[in-house]
Amino acid sequence: MTINIAHAQGSDARVTAAVAAATARIFLLEAHSEFLRLLRAPSFCVPTIAFPLMFYVLFGILLGPGRAHPEAGARVLASFLVLGTMAPGLFALGITLATDRERGLLELKRALPMPRGLYLAAKVATAMLFAAVVSLLLTVLAVLVAGVTLTLLRWALLVLMAVVGVIPFCAIGLLVGSLCKGSATPAVLNLIYLPMSFLSGLWVPLSMLPRPLSQLAPLWPSWQLAQIAEAVVGPAPVAAVPAHALALTAIAAACFGAARRALGRAR
Amino acid sequence: MASQSQETPAAVLSGVSKRYGERLALEQVTLRIVPGQVTALLGPNGAGKTTAISLLLGLVAPQSGEVQVLGGAAGSLAVRRRTGVMLQSAVLPDTLRVGELLRLVGSYYPRPRPLAEVAALAGLSAQLATPYAKLSGGQQRRVQFALAICGNPQLLFLDEPTTGLDVEARESLWRVVRELTGRGCAILLTTHYLEEAEALAQRVAVLVRGRLVSEGTVDEIRTRGVRSRIRCVSTLGVEEIRRWPGVLGAAREECWLDIETSSAEPVVRRLLAADPNLSGLEVRRAGLAEEFARITRKAA
Repeated sequence: MTINIAHAQGSDARVTAAVAAATARIFLLEAHSEFLRLLRAPSFCVPTIAFPLMFYVLFGILLGPGRAHPEAGARVLASFLVLGTMAPGLFALGITLATDRERGLLELKRALPMPRGLYLAAKVATAMLFAAVVSLLLTVLAVLVAGVTLTLLRWALLVLMAVVGVIPFCAIGLLVGSLCKGSATPAVLNLIYLPMSFLSGLWVPLSMLPRPLSQLAPLWPSWQLAQIAEAVVGPAPVAAVPAHALALTAIAAACFGAARRALGRAR
Repeated sequence: MASQSQETPAAVLSGVSKRYGERLALEQVTLRIVPGQVTALLGPNGAGKTTAISLLLGLVAPQSGEVQVLGGAAGSLAVRRRTGVMLQSAVLPDTLRVGELLRLVGSYYPRPRPLAEVAALAGLSAQLATPYAKLSGGQQRRVQFALAICGNPQLLFLDEPTTGLDVEARESLWRVVRELTGRGCAILLTTHYLEEAEALAQRVAVLVRGRLVSEGTVDEIRTRGVRSRIRCVSTLGVEEIRRWPGVLGAAREECWLDIETSSAEPVVRRLLAADPNLSGLEVRRAGLAEEFARITRKAA
């Protein structure tokens, strides 16, 4: 009897392991397909990879504080890392979701035997991968060209910040993609991306903005993430990081929840 | 075991109603899809065919009635793993290659067909490395068909599968459909081409404005009303012919007379007797098209 039970438990465990392995394989293939799909689309790669690098070279290096001011250089890097983190989240999720929705692919995926959560998980994983690539390229440029000094730990923390910090922007992209038409989505996302990054002090210091606008900065996830980035590179206090992380989590949860409701309504 | 699976339907809609806001898409529809058979769901645009498929796929829920698929709930993962689907309009990611799409969707299924076999069945062996966007409309439709059959489904939904296909591609799709039903797969087909339903389907269901107005085997439906069509050159009056027994309708087009009849022979005999100068006589067995036109006219 005990042997039978042990045998049954053993086979249950094997079935569970097989299901987990199959799900992991689907997730990897789905994320790989999503990555290739975006990598081959210049309309995605140019604004998400080329633009942050180009702007960093232009404003952060050529017109930047220079090698004589390493602390200012680190702060500029932090701003551009946030810019480079925002774009993959907003665009990878927003544009693909709106397109999938409009062209019937989302419906087909719902009818196909893909475990439902994997659709979103693969998109978020893809955005994380792009954020990792952009942050790696930016930090390499910073160290090699702009003369920013980073310890290995800080460098790793910056990449981690980009990879995890992309999630609230994924949530915003998802919300826009679930509400807007495919053709309108890039425009709406740009209308969020550019003003939000400007109002968060990523382009010019907040002190240069009119006071009412600069006081609104804590509302923007990009400002919250920039505070964490600055804490990693040096100037901002580390003690405030949990509060900023909490604010980002709240924004992500609110946008994911709203997107879920919007997608549920559309059915 | 095999005979039992013949009797147990693969999918059933029982007394299902679905409305979208004010618009009633389906009203009290009952439909059975049987293993080893193609069931063709016919009807004019907006009749509710796609809604019926969406209900069976679990994409939408009915307001009343019951939907049962492969002994489980429509749309559950276990049911989806045994189901293949080709939707009427689903544009796949432009930049992915055919082989990548087949591998991805095949990975969703527990026992997928080998990739090379799927590609050969769908006529895509030469296109595996081509990005989806670079394919012709017909080739894209073939990829969608390949995705529908790649998981070895027991139940297959084909929503207008041959729209945009050339004759050769359509016939090879028909061959695969027959092979699948031969192996016991249950297929629900919607189509605008009645000759396609006639060529593939064993059973036909006709929807008009969300109601099921006719259902049966292809032969039953074909022979239900109009059985033959007679065409000839004659001066006989249309009004008089309409009163003859066995005549369901008559019309004149210049010198030509067109007669719809439930039984051709007595009408032909009477025509020849009534008009010795009659010429150009043609008698044609009515197809699904005539009956479909009659049913939808009557219901509309």
